[in-house]
Amino acid sequence: MIEIKNINKTFGDRHVVTDVSFSFVPGITNLIIGESGSGKTTVMKLMVGLHKPDSGEVIFDGKNFYDSDAKGQQDIRQKIGMLFQGGALFDSQTLEENVRFPLDMFTDLTKAEKNDRVNFCLERVQLEGRNKLFPAELSGGMKKRAALARAIANNPSYLFCDEPNSGLDPKTSIVIDELIKDITQEYNITTIIITHDMNSVIEIGENIMFVYKGENWWIGNKSEILNTSNKELFDFVFASEFMKTFFAKKIN
Amino acid sequence: MNPLFHIGRYFMLMRRVFGKPQKASVYWRQIIHEINSIGISSMPIVAIISVFMGGIITIQAAFGFSSPWVPLYAVGLTARESILLEFSPTIVCLILAGKVGSNIASEIGAMRITEQIDALEIMGINSASYLIFPKIIAAVLIFPFLIALSMFLGIAGGYFMGVSAGACTAYEYIFGIQSFFEPWKLYYSFTKVLVFAFTITSVSSYFGYHTTGGALEVGKSSTTAVVYSSVLILLFSLILTNLFLTR
Repeated sequence: MIEIKNINKTFGDRHVVTDVSFSFVPGITNLIIGESGSGKTTVMKLMVGLHKPDSGEVIFDGKNFYDSDAKGQQDIRQKIGMLFQGGALFDSQTLEENVRFPLDMFTDLTKAEKNDRVNFCLERVQLEGRNKLFPAELSGGMKKRAALARAIANNPSYLFCDEPNSGLDPKTSIVIDELIKDITQEYNITTIIITHDMNSVIEIGENIMFVYKGENWWIGNKSEILNTSNKELFDFVFASEFMKTFFAKKIN
Repeated sequence: MNPLFHIGRYFMLMRRVFGKPQKASVYWRQIIHEINSIGISSMPIVAIISVFMGGIITIQAAFGFSSPWVPLYAVGLTARESILLEFSPTIVCLILAGKVGSNIASEIGAMRITEQIDALEIMGINSASYLIFPKIIAAVLIFPFLIALSMFLGIAGGYFMGVSAGACTAYEYIFGIQSFFEPWKLYYSFTKVLVFAFTITSVSSYFGYHTTGGALEVGKSSTTAVVYSSVLILLFSLILTNLFLTR
């Protein structure tokens, strides 16, 4: 479980995150949703240590990340898998080398064991047989799946996904969503997904935090989101009448 | 921006670069890869420039020494001194600052803007050390060989072009390059090379690592890295020349 407690962040005189608290539960998909620029990616960066909060706590299974020393922070980070918006695959490495990278860095597995693990991960994301391709040779969806394979290679306890569906067609989006959900349940990972894709919210939104202007504005799940009386959330989710009708049918 | 800010941030980065390596075997592989990328791939440009510059220096020296009071073996001696003391260690390193420096800054800069460095950090890897340390070590190891190659080819180019152009005879040239040779000058040259190798890789890595924005900023980082590396090479060349050669 990951808990964030009263985290605040300002850049200059601009408050980007204000007093946000939330609990991210293992084994289910936790979503952070919000408009572009609402501060959801900053919340995630504060959680993984890419930005330091001005105040507040980030607790990974009882361990306060920012109270830990460098070694403690590194230990926590080694349990994190991260799927970046653009994939962030290493351009100079093949798919297989990308997925093997965390194994090379943090394990003492034999070469054969590493190869088995790499092949397993690639198979898990339906990229078997593409081992020797370079990131530049992959489509957007394949890059996301490859990044997911790398993220799960070292059996992470926490999986962060930054807009995993951005730039993908609806069908590929569903594949990615299902993969993330399956992996989360299968390995009981604490998964945090940042998205503004409403289809994903309805498909896999089991524990949702809506961030509005840097604040934790609403907490709920995919069923509750359609009946919300929260004006800002309603305006965000149902930007059009078509969306409301479409998702209402889907939920029913 | 305040130069002190850059100097402070540079040294903070270097402290991270020379922190405890994550896994020695991975670093060793990276160093071998960088030796190839930084050093071996630079051999053709170093070879071409050295041969031609050796020839040009020799012909120009012969032209300058057209007085009957100056013995013709001075042409070989001048070519050797110019190549060993300044052309190979400094000018070739300036050329390498352009080639290697821009390559390093743009590679690391592109990794920064495409979140590859963030990916390393989140995995718990010291990204500064993983990316920059192998480049510095590779450059410090391979640059002396490149410069030695440049010295050899420069002198050989001087011989072939000088003799074929009639600037001096083969005997005079060979006698010239063997005359008044002081081996300690090679220490001076290779000390400069080691300092320049470190400067080029660390300064270029610094500008690449701190790139923010997009493709345009990667280009700017690359240009800035080359400019600063070149200026620092000249500055350190002056300092080291004063230390070694001033009596």
